[in-house]
Formats: sequence, C-alpha cells, structure tokens
Amino acid sequence: MSLDYVKFTPGFGKFMPKEYRDMVEHGPFGKKVSVSQVGTFKEILEEHPMCAGCAMTLFIRLAMVAFPNPEDTITVGTAGCGRLAISQAAIPFVYGNYGDQNGVASGLTRGLRLRFGDKPKDVVVMAGDGGMADIGFAQTLHSWFRKEKFTTIMLDNEVYGNTGGQESGMTNRNQVLKMAPLGKKFEKMDMLGMAKVAGCAYVATVVPNNPRRVESVIKKAVLVAREIGPSYIQAYTSCNIEYAIPTDKVLEDAKTVETDRYKFTEYITDEAKEYLSQLYGYKEYLPKPAAAVEKQ
Amino acid sequence: MSEGLETEVKTNPQGDPITSAAPAPSSQGGRQDPHAEAKRQQEVSPEYMFFEAPREREFITGSEAAKEAVRRSNVDLSIAYPITPQSETMQLIGVLYGEGYVKEYYRGEEEYGVMSAIAGGSRAGVRCFTATAGPGTLRGLEPIASWPGHRLPAVAMFTCRVVNAPLAIQPDNIEVSYLLNCGMIVFHAENQQDLFDYIMKGFIISEKNDVTLPVGVCCDGFFVTHARGYCSMQDRGLKLPERDSWRGAVPVLDAENPPARLSRDAPVQKSNFMAYNIHAVWQQEVWAAVERSRKYIDQYMGGLIETKDVEDADVLLIASGSAAAQSREAIRMCKDKGIHAGLIKVKSLRPFPTRELRQLCAKAKLIVVPEFNYVGWLAKDVATAIYGYSKAKIVAGPHVYGGMSMPVEMIFDEIECGLTGKKSATVPSSAIMGAVDQEAVAHFMQNI
Repeated sequence: MSLDYVKFTPGFGKFMPKEYRDMVEHGPFGKKVSVSQVGTFKEILEEHPMCAGCAMTLFIRLAMVAFPNPEDTITVGTAGCGRLAISQAAIPFVYGNYGDQNGVASGLTRGLRLRFGDKPKDVVVMAGDGGMADIGFAQTLHSWFRKEKFTTIMLDNEVYGNTGGQESGMTNRNQVLKMAPLGKKFEKMDMLGMAKVAGCAYVATVVPNNPRRVESVIKKAVLVAREIGPSYIQAYTSCNIEYAIPTDKVLEDAKTVETDRYKFTEYITDEAKEYLSQLYGYKEYLPKPAAAVEKQ
Repeated sequence: MSEGLETEVKTNPQGDPITSAAPAPSSQGGRQDPHAEAKRQQEVSPEYMFFEAPREREFITGSEAAKEAVRRSNVDLSIAYPITPQSETMQLIGVLYGEGYVKEYYRGEEEYGVMSAIAGGSRAGVRCFTATAGPGTLRGLEPIASWPGHRLPAVAMFTCRVVNAPLAIQPDNIEVSYLLNCGMIVFHAENQQDLFDYIMKGFIISEKNDVTLPVGVCCDGFFVTHARGYCSMQDRGLKLPERDSWRGAVPVLDAENPPARLSRDAPVQKSNFMAYNIHAVWQQEVWAAVERSRKYIDQYMGGLIETKDVEDADVLLIASGSAAAQSREAIRMCKDKGIHAGLIKVKSLRPFPTRELRQLCAKAKLIVVPEFNYVGWLAKDVATAIYGYSKAKIVAGPHVYGGMSMPVEMIFDEIECGLTGKKSATVPSSAIMGAVDQEAVAHFMQNI
C-alpha cells in the first residue's frame, strides 16, 4: 500500500521535477539495495547542508541505504547537526522539540501499530549524543525500559556540534571544549551499558568507515525492533570542525578511534538471535550443529 | 442506570467510582471477555451523539465525567502521568483501557515525555487524550506549545491547580494564562457536565480539516474534578466515529503519504536557519485555524459564550470555569436585592468571544470579572476585547488564589462597590478600569 506513495498519479509523471522522477524510477523503494550498490541507484539522502568531510553525514547516508523497508520507515530526531541531513531525505522525518525524540517515537510506534497492525512500519530515532544522553536522557532510557519497539541510533560526535562545540555527556574525560574550559571532569557516559540494563534486545557500536558493518547492524537493529524489542546503535560520527580533524583525515581518525576506544561490539539477546535466524535467515545465529548433535 | 443502583453505589465513597468496571453478568460459567461491552459499542455521528441521543443523568465527579466522555469518544491512545488533582482522571482512563474502550494506554515517565508521545501518536493518525495539572502543565508546556504548529489534533485536559512556589496542590487557574498563547483551542469547563461535553466535542472540533489543532479543556481542580455534580450522558453503548487521519490539514506521518521534507519542500528551513517569512506565515495560519474553529464551536457547543439574564442588565458578570458557577449565585443574590445583574460565561477562551462581548457589553454600566487566580488573565482579555465598544466600568476582580474559595458575597460586594463608588475591600483601585484613576489603571495593565 505505502509503495503507492512513491508512484505517480497516472498522467502526472511528466510534470514532476526530474529529481522526483529519478526517485520513483531509480530510488530504493520496494527493492533490495545494499551499500555495495551505491552509485547505481538514487539514494534517499543525497543533498545536505553538512560540513565538508562530515563523518556523521556518511553514516546517516549508509544507515538510510541499510533501512530494510525505506518506503515504510519514519525517522525521528531532535535539534543537532544530524537532523539537518536527515530532514533532507525522501522519507518522513519528525523534528519535534528538544530531546523529545524517544517520547515522540513511543507514541508514533504505538499509534502506527494500532492503525497498521502487523504490517511493518519501522520507526528509527536518529539523534546526537547531546539530544540523547543529556536533554533526552529520561525519555531515551524510559522508552527502553518500556520495551518500545523502535530503533534508537546515537550519532555520537562527542560534542554539541550544532551549537558550536560545547561539552556533552558523551565527551571524553579531560577533553577541553566550550563549557569545559578546564577539561571535562567526568567520564563519557556508558550508554551502551545502560541500553543493556534497560532491556534493549540488540546493542551495537560502529564507526562509519566500514560500510558493510554499518549496513549489517542497522538492518539487524531495525528488524529486531519490529518484533522483539528496542534496539540501540551507538555510532562514532566525529565532528571534524570542533575536533579539528583535517577533512582528508576523517576516516583515518575513525579508524584510529575504532582501534583505540570505539571497537565494534555487538550484544544480542537469545530471543533476538532466534528471531533473526528463523525469520530472516541469519545463519550466524542458528544454533551450532555440534551442540545440537550433543543434545541428541 | 436505575435509580436504585445509582443510589446504592453513590453512598460508597471508599469503593470504586460508580463508573469503574462493573463485573460482567456471569450467566454462563467460564471466562468473560473483558472487552465484550466495548466491542458492542456502536459508532454514531457527532450530530446524533450530541443533539439527538437520549441522555440519562448521573451524579458523578469531574474525573468520572471525563472518563465517561473518553469512553464515548473512540479514543485510540491515552498516556498518563500522575499529578494531583488530575491523577484520578487518568487512572480511570486506565480502567477504560482494561475494558477495551481505549485501545492503547501507558504511564509515561513525566509530562514532557507524555506530551511528546501524544505528539507522536497524533502524528501516527490516531485519536489521543491526556490530562495533567499545574506544574505538570508547565513541565509539558514545551511540547504542548509545539502541538499547534505541528498541526496535531488531540484533546488534553488541564485540571488547574497552583503552580507557583511555595508549592501547593490547591485550586488556582493561573496555568490557563500559559496555555492561552500556544495557538491551541482552549475551553474552560464550569462543572462536570461541561467537562463531559467539551471533551467529546473537543475531539470533533480538533479534527476538523480547517482546524487541525489540539484542544485544551480546562477546569478548576478539586471544585470540578473531585466534587460531584449532575451529568447527562448518552448511552455508553454509543461512540463517536473514529479519527479519519486522512482529513487533517497536514499529512500524518504514516509512510502512506508522500513525505513532506521539512527542509526542502516546505521550505520552512534552509540549512540551520528558519526562513523568517515562512515561519511568520505558519504562525498566521495556526491562529487563522483557531479563528476557523468558531463556526464549529457555534455548531456543537452553542457558541463561545453562554448568557443568563443579560438583557438590559446594568451589571454584567463575565466569568469562566468555577468563577462562573459562583457568579450564577451572585446574580441570584443581586436579584433578591433588586439589582439587575446578568452573567456572561466564557466557554471558549481561544478563540476568544470578542464579537459577542462587544455586542453584549455595549450598554452595561458595570462589568465585574471574578477569577480564581492572582493575575486576572480573563479581565485583561475582556478589557482588550471591549475597549472602545463599552463605557462600562470594569472591575478586574475579585481574585482568589492559592486555594481560597470565592464566597458569593465577595462578588456581590464588588457589584455594590462598583455601582455606589464605595471603596472595595479586596480589589485595589488600580484594578478598576474606566471612570476612575487612569494612572492607576495603567499601572494595573502594565503589571498583570
């Protein structure tokens, strides 16, 4: 049904802007696309006003390629750099108030489930570290404790980028930034630990310089949130402006940070493993054959 | 409901409210479907529901009246968070959820989260209801104030209480003044019956295509929420038609419509900056939608105001909420003492009945505006509306606040002082507009 909205009313196609026609004819809606095909189809996020070399934009672009059903996906965000790009995408985006994203997504998800039942309508929150760990902290944690079925993605640039480089809860200790003139005085908040404690069924960390991995975790997170429970992805998406990373060194930085303190981690509950293997053929989560033999 | 049963349950103040889940008749053994009665509800048109359906009168609290309104309103999603004196209302909505009358319900984390989730639910295209009070209203005010701009139909009930420090839970409707400038529609219920009617009619008005705005239904906490009054209600087997989300002025975000890209298609935003002219136009449109709701308020609620004995009255009391209830008694007292006083009850604060007041106040000699708050937000609106259209002296008072009650005599004294020129015991001369010390009035207008 929803695929209809990306088709033209008969007779109107030729009057539509070229960009819109390209989206209908060469966009990812209703098709299976992957990051390895980027360049062969029209992406749902192309133009954006982000800074040159922005790793966050690369991540958002990859994440949107990875959405399993882009035509049935609604993104929710809050103030911050990320929404400047997310709001340019050709899928609906809710930009509400400061830090309200996980509250809005709770109502939105429940409302859509009332109207559409089992038909997947994927709600994906994408917000920054400040919006999620600071001002939106209570709503983020409570949505997880309530087991709200949507995906939460933190665009963690470890700083308030959009307001000009202030310390956030996700900034590393001792880092000197605006509003932290003597260096941050406490540790980076352990949102991954909190996500697990609060009951997320799938939790992962990624950096954007491994597109296939980004694609893989996003797909899993969105699928798990459909049926099993909340999922959380924390992505290191450096701010090359506030952290003075040369534009051509952004991915190098991501690699270094990944090796140093942002290693790929994945946490998945047994229930989510079973669901992914049974319904979506994820072989990696099938019970080990050897163990099965032992049981017999 | 039979008289006998009503009387029996009414006299059980410690028991469940009379409108809570009644045990289903178990003529046959085995488990009963708790949703059976809700499933049998029949949808009827708003016109039939409001004007034709037979009603029966019950003696219930305001919270119970709100519950009964929601039962008949085909509500999809309701989100609760406790705060006195609203708590009972939202826990009764929880009973409705248990009975299947409300499809989805949960207790939120706090009011900011609740009001945000209501925004999400409304965007999903479902009918949403919540209620809060006092500090909860202010905590939720950022999302509430953004509902109109996002064009989100919903009904929120505000059971007014003190918000200022030192903290108290007493009746005081100062919070209404914060809601008046949000761009939402604001009704003020006098009693349990109003609460029942305004909530149901609020949903229908809120969802009209040329309105598409949230409706706030205010009442004075405790006086209305906890006290009992008579409420005429349609059969509980009837309900309003469900929300038709396709009718909204803006598309709901259900991925069934072409997405409106905030940054490029509106174009409301470019880069980091709002195009000021686009934002200005958007605000104008929100307030134009408030204006357009007038015809529906006329149609379903019989107008923005209600009058009593205003014909040729020398004195007019203009009041909303519980102050209107006390004013009714005051005009009766006036009648006993040979003073011809009338009452204009303001039902809708936004849109404000400017045209109606100009017409009705043209010949009045004295206007008294009693209020349950310190600042006198209604008096200020009244004075602004009728300036140049009436030569009446306007008394911005009496005011009670912080939990004080308003004895009828207090209103009567203001009428007497206003007519005779005697100095008021409670209203300062600076709060009396017209035919008095203009400098003092200017001071009042600047300081409320």
